Amino acid sequence: MAEGILCNRKPVNTKEDLLTLLADKSGKQYYEEMNHLHVDSAALWATIQKSLKSRLRTWLEICAHCGLCADSCFYYLANNKDPKQVPSYKIQSTLGEMVKRKGNVDNAFMQMVMDTAWSKCTCCNRCGSYCPFGIDMGVMFGYTRGLCFSQGFVPWEMKIGSGMHRVYRAQMDITSEDWVDTCSWMCEENEEDWPGLEIPVDKENADIIYTVNAREPKHYPEDIAEAAILFHLAGENWTVPSVGWEETSLAMFAGDWEGCRLQVQEVYNAMERLKPKRMVVTECGHAYRATVIEGPYWAGLKTGKTPVESFHYVEWVAEALRTGKLKIDPAKKLKMPVTYQDSCNYIRNAGLADTAREIMSYIAEDFREMKPCREHNFCCGGGGGLNGIGRYREQRNIGLKVKRNQILATGAKFVISPCHNCWDAIRDLEEIFHIGIKWSFLKPILLKMVIVPDHLKPENGE
Amino acid sequence: MYQFVTGPLAWLSFGIFLVGIIVRAVLYIKGLDWKMDRVTYSVNVSYGIKGALRSIFLWLLPFGTRGWRTKPGFTILFFVFHTGILLTPLFLVAHNVLLKERWGISLWTIPDFAADLLTIFVIVSAVIIILRRIALPEVRILTTAYDLLMLLIATAPFITGFIAYHQAPGYQFWLITHILCGEIMLISIPFTKLSHFILFFMSRAQIGMDFGIKRGGMKGKGFAW
Repeated sequence: MAEGILCNRKPVNTKEDLLTLLADKSGKQYYEEMNHLHVDSAALWATIQKSLKSRLRTWLEICAHCGLCADSCFYYLANNKDPKQVPSYKIQSTLGEMVKRKGNVDNAFMQMVMDTAWSKCTCCNRCGSYCPFGIDMGVMFGYTRGLCFSQGFVPWEMKIGSGMHRVYRAQMDITSEDWVDTCSWMCEENEEDWPGLEIPVDKENADIIYTVNAREPKHYPEDIAEAAILFHLAGENWTVPSVGWEETSLAMFAGDWEGCRLQVQEVYNAMERLKPKRMVVTECGHAYRATVIEGPYWAGLKTGKTPVESFHYVEWVAEALRTGKLKIDPAKKLKMPVTYQDSCNYIRNAGLADTAREIMSYIAEDFREMKPCREHNFCCGGGGGLNGIGRYREQRNIGLKVKRNQILATGAKFVISPCHNCWDAIRDLEEIFHIGIKWSFLKPILLKMVIVPDHLKPENGE
Repeated sequence: MYQFVTGPLAWLSFGIFLVGIIVRAVLYIKGLDWKMDRVTYSVNVSYGIKGALRSIFLWLLPFGTRGWRTKPGFTILFFVFHTGILLTPLFLVAHNVLLKERWGISLWTIPDFAADLLTIFVIVSAVIIILRRIALPEVRILTTAYDLLMLLIATAPFITGFIAYHQAPGYQFWLITHILCGEIMLISIPFTKLSHFILFFMSRAQIGMDFGIKRGGMKGKGFAW
């Protein structure tokens, strides 16, 4: 069975392999090798037989081909209602066909499946709410991604992402030392303005263990500082773990289920080691989905729950505002029209729609809902790992049109987006379409409008 | 012939139908896998039941979900078609007379004109469903010969029954054909896509539990998945 040096069925498990893969600019050699990668049909069929259980089998079987899912898919809408973008068609022509052919498929077919699974579906799960049978094609494409991954047909960046988790237990090459250093650096940078500011590392029995997205220590360290300042202002007894601080999971986007397990296990170990009362994760949708919603299943936790109760950042903010731990200066509330990007991962798939509205009621005077919104909101256009895959940049950009139109229709010039993927997608759509909007996470906005208690102000004045 | 198709063959088809749907339901439940499906079916059961019932109930209600509301035309078509298919054979006077005669039981009945009307509704909606399949590109691309065969199996008893009831020439032929078509439909249910007769409930309950237990049911107010 021909396998490439870079493109093969083996996941990346060493730093060395990871560096070799990274050195292949834009995955040129990787994708070239993919053209010669053999499909191990026997293994593929064995995996399908073992893992395609009644739920998925039934979905594939009873789909009435009614087409009601068509309009639910932002890709279908963005691509001028191209029938090939109908969710049912996409899954039947890929997973459905693979099952029908008992895994006897060729290289070209697998590449088509890969392209469909990553560039025509962001696993936003919206179609599932529009199917009379409740067929969730996002779930099925998640499963299909797993099959693709096991056969080595996975976009270059996703293979890297999965390797990062396996090697660093983070989606980027950030070690425990890098992370702890970034925390102390951010603390030093800000302690003059915020006397008494701390980023306690590995403190046991804290009320909150705070975990992040590796992009923050890598590219946006000020986000960690902002989180620390807000916890400080709210008087929280909190900590960050030196190990197990990363909540995201490119492994989930890649369909690398073992990588997923390794990653969440690290976070759960930190919970068990430090025994915090609860966990709060930064403003990231898929991190929450991976570690809080899906993670317990990868780790085999029979309760379906994380070892300590876990919250998305918006839940902490809503609680802090509700209980008065954080107080907003009414004069500083946002005056301009503002809209909110409901992230698929923590709104549709985790039920936090009201929490987001509660926050908006405290911070915005002119809040405007997108249409549709809440659980029915459309994907930002960059979910499911799509933001990061060069091969599908064009398809991603076409998909962004739906979000652009939704935002334009609100008349809002400011989009609040407490999710890294949504934030990126909205930034990119502004770069492409120039619709004159600004976008932000919650932390920087809150810092501008929160009332600082006198005893926490620097001594030399305001 | 009449004796045979309404006697042993009827027994056989009802038997296959009943055993078949029970087997399908049991196999479905047996094939659920908490780890693979990522739903703790047996933990947080109350949230699961609530989610499942909500999901089934609201999708059985015309315009009960956002999905139904966004497609009013299709929703009406769907409910007219399914109501006719389910109610007519159950409550038709002639069926109940036969039932009483053979098995000594009978259900309520609806007046013949109502049954006639429902039958016409079924046939007309089937025609519209076919036209819709041809006319809309997003449905056309999904449509297979198998889908049309299912529609034929489901509506043939109504077409033939309508002809027989209205005493068209060759009554005996139409009557026997009608009964056979009905029996084909019953036997097809467990073995074809018509298994959605039972699997609709299974699938809806499953996704209802998925959202009810895991995907937000414990935190949000829940929406009709």
